[in-house]
Amino acid sequence: MKQYETVIGLEVHVELATKTKIFCGCSTEFGGAPNTHTCPVCTGMPGSLPVLNRQVVEFALKAGIAANCRINQYCRFDRKNYFYPDNPQNYQISQLYLPICQDGWVEIETSAGKKKIRIHEMHMEEDAGKLIHDEWEDCSLVDYNRSGVPLIEIVSEPDMRSAEEVIAYLEKLRCMMQYLGVSDCKLQEGSMRADVNLSVREVGSETFGTRTEMKNLNSFKAIARAIDGERERQIELLEMGRAVVQETRRWDDNKESSHAMRSKEDAKDYRYFPDPDLLPVHISDEWIARLKASQPELREEKQQRYQEEYGLSAYDAGLLTESRILSEKYEETADLCGNPKKAANWFMVEVLRLMKDRGLEPEQVTFTPGHLADLIQMVERKEVSAQNAKKVFEKVFEEDIDPVSYIEEHGLKIVEDTGLLEETLQKILEENPGPLQELLGGKEKVFGFFVGKMMKELKGKASPDAVREALTKEIEKRK
Amino acid sequence: MDLDKLTALELAEKIKQHQIGVLDGVKYVFDNIEKKDPKVHAYLETWKKEAFTRAKQVEKGIADGTYTGPLAGVPIAIKDNICIRGKKTTCASKILENFVPTYNAEVIDRLEKAGLVIIGKTNMDEFAMGSTTETSAFGVTRNPWNTDHVPGGSSGGSCAAVAAGETFLALGSDTGGSIRQPSSFCGVTGLKPTYGTVSRYGLIAYASSLDQIGPVGRDTADCAALLEIIAGHDSKDSTSIDRKDTDFSKDMKGHLLGMKFGVPKEYLSEGLDPEVKESFMNALKVLTAQGSIVEFFSVKTMEYMIPAYYIIASAEASSNLERFDGVKYGYRAEGCTELHDMYKRTRTEGFGEEVKRRIMLGSFVLSSGYYDAYYLKALKTKALIRQEFDSAFHKYDVLLAPAAPYTAPKIGESLKDPLAMYLGDIYTVAVNLCGLPGITVPCGTDKKGLPIGIQMIGDCFMEKKILRAAVNFEAGRGAFPLAAEGGKKA
Repeated sequence: MKQYETVIGLEVHVELATKTKIFCGCSTEFGGAPNTHTCPVCTGMPGSLPVLNRQVVEFALKAGIAANCRINQYCRFDRKNYFYPDNPQNYQISQLYLPICQDGWVEIETSAGKKKIRIHEMHMEEDAGKLIHDEWEDCSLVDYNRSGVPLIEIVSEPDMRSAEEVIAYLEKLRCMMQYLGVSDCKLQEGSMRADVNLSVREVGSETFGTRTEMKNLNSFKAIARAIDGERERQIELLEMGRAVVQETRRWDDNKESSHAMRSKEDAKDYRYFPDPDLLPVHISDEWIARLKASQPELREEKQQRYQEEYGLSAYDAGLLTESRILSEKYEETADLCGNPKKAANWFMVEVLRLMKDRGLEPEQVTFTPGHLADLIQMVERKEVSAQNAKKVFEKVFEEDIDPVSYIEEHGLKIVEDTGLLEETLQKILEENPGPLQELLGGKEKVFGFFVGKMMKELKGKASPDAVREALTKEIEKRK
Repeated sequence: MDLDKLTALELAEKIKQHQIGVLDGVKYVFDNIEKKDPKVHAYLETWKKEAFTRAKQVEKGIADGTYTGPLAGVPIAIKDNICIRGKKTTCASKILENFVPTYNAEVIDRLEKAGLVIIGKTNMDEFAMGSTTETSAFGVTRNPWNTDHVPGGSSGGSCAAVAAGETFLALGSDTGGSIRQPSSFCGVTGLKPTYGTVSRYGLIAYASSLDQIGPVGRDTADCAALLEIIAGHDSKDSTSIDRKDTDFSKDMKGHLLGMKFGVPKEYLSEGLDPEVKESFMNALKVLTAQGSIVEFFSVKTMEYMIPAYYIIASAEASSNLERFDGVKYGYRAEGCTELHDMYKRTRTEGFGEEVKRRIMLGSFVLSSGYYDAYYLKALKTKALIRQEFDSAFHKYDVLLAPAAPYTAPKIGESLKDPLAMYLGDIYTVAVNLCGLPGITVPCGTDKKGLPIGIQMIGDCFMEKKILRAAVNFEAGRGAFPLAAEGGKKA
């Protein structure tokens, strides 16, 4: 049996997080009743004209700089002509001849180690509207709320060889966009979409096989399944002595199979030409310099800093920086409580656990870092037991309560005076004369039994250390 | 008072002096419309009642100081490719026959602020594609000077309306001569501004890189005053230019002593009607008599102007007209079973022959494999033409040319041979390719009594030079009348 290698290139669409659309002042907010975020421009009314949103260029530049691209300081918009009702002008304003960013790369890390994935180009374009098929009325309706929402399309070189690399690349892009603040990259809302170009070839072969393009991939899992499915389909064809046809295929994740949408022969001629309604975009050296200077700290830099400044392990630093939002919460907590390691433990254990339990995304985590910092300090000062602190934190996580007053009000504070401790100790010793005799007789194992009893009775109002100390003293006294 | 003899500026002045009411001007216009338009058919729609109401409101506005501009109270007609909120805007096409925009073109807002009274929408070639106003889906417009002849195009309705006294002023649009050529055929004055001077927002695009809205009036001063109102930067149009020199009426009266005019000698060779040539040569004498210098020079790119223009204009048009698909507004073919059937039938039934011809041509020159050979080559040709004009403007203040090789042809003659019709645009298209300003001023009539115009072309942003030349030319030429009722017969 021959050995095959999979060759994959990606076209990733990322919706930019601008407040308004790329060529008009309409809101880009997700949702909204159909056709409420529209105007003559984004519904293609006759006589309307596009005006470029400068923020879109700025975001595209930030992404391009972060991905080590060459910036085309003179770039232009082109019209891509095709008829479809979700496209109100029947042309999409995009960039073909002079895209804003070209020839970049990003580094990914997989179980096999680090690898550079080259980026062919990034270009700006507008999103289309949405068709809603009403089966009862046997008609289709169009919602133009998404029409004109800004996108960048990131086209990679065919540098990936496995689903693992593809997922690592996508996660890398998503993380980068989130750190840059240029997109939230939510796959489920369609703000990040990927088309997969895939071919197979015999290991050692220098030339590429015939590729197919796979569309309709809505999750990382679907992408991984589609890649495996397409790889197998192509190998099967080759093994049977048949040829792979260059075509666009649509992935059906429920059936876990794909079907051909259109082949190269009936590929559309988009009749691209420069859009005469828009002027070329000149990007000055100063603009690029300003953006480079104000580029936020990206994940790799943050990870490095956590190791150096906070003394965290590479693994912990990696985990904490996966999401920009969480890492910012973590940093604030660490700085406020003055104990980065403890704060890191809380995030990696409690915060991540609660997020997972409740199925929350990082942007849905809303507690105030100061509240967690207070809680960490109280634990450190032994004012609350670790066990109770965890319970209190659940309240902080869910309702963002102030832990100091909550602990006070619910009587969870560890008692400072020894009155209660002494009283409880006497009570427990009296109730358990048998074990007491054993302990006095030198059976050290029973010590733990009494500590447990005490802790249970005190409901965390005393620290285990204080209990141990009091018990030791009392036993010494009675010996 | 004989309103036939008043210019728009004079009318507005008399309104300010209380010698005449706003309503009187509007009534005069509607009297002429009722008398002449059944034959001329300059208008697709007029709104008399609304115009009367507006007239009264403007009258009050002038009295209370709301409207102080030089054209307040003057009636104006609008070419039907310019959007007016709540009014049908059809581009003289079946595909938009019931389209009512919910927004105003920027120029309409500016006219309203300046206190003009909009009286209706004028006929045109469908989507401004044509040189005779015969490609309108709603009937031809006739030349008021002789109703057997065309008024020219594509702003034929606007120019005929001014010539017939059916309005004082009109807005047209000019993509390849669509203001300057019908102005010549109808014996009126029409100006195409420097590209970017007037906002295109709300102008339904034919060829975006060439389209400009411009004024049509009874004389040069009227055009200058109207241009001053509609010109100015508009943030809704990316190609709009922030010009500081839009006080076009200023400095017009300066003399022509020493002004240098250039005439491309190739423009006067074969193909130019002898009567038009004679009239044009006489016009040159009027200019030299005022102390200006007229010289002839050679234009080597002349034979490439028409091909470059038709490739670029059609390419842009093929894309601009894609939005007319029956999905969102306008005409939709009935009884369609699926999407592509609907697209095809809607566009087959909705567009006229000339529009379809240009969509096909434009789609062809943009398609893969032909893009470099046609579209890119046309852009390179355009750059060469621009270079030639640039060097001409190093030597001359203003270039002079006929507006058309002949006077208005008879109705029904032009569409038989589209290529011959395209060649008739030879003197006007280069101005659009280079973004230059150009004005047509009447300079005479032929033996049949049909008007002839002279075209004055300036370098970019040099409207003031061509306006000065035109005003002084008018003074030397003497009064030029409106079209005589029923037209003069040879």
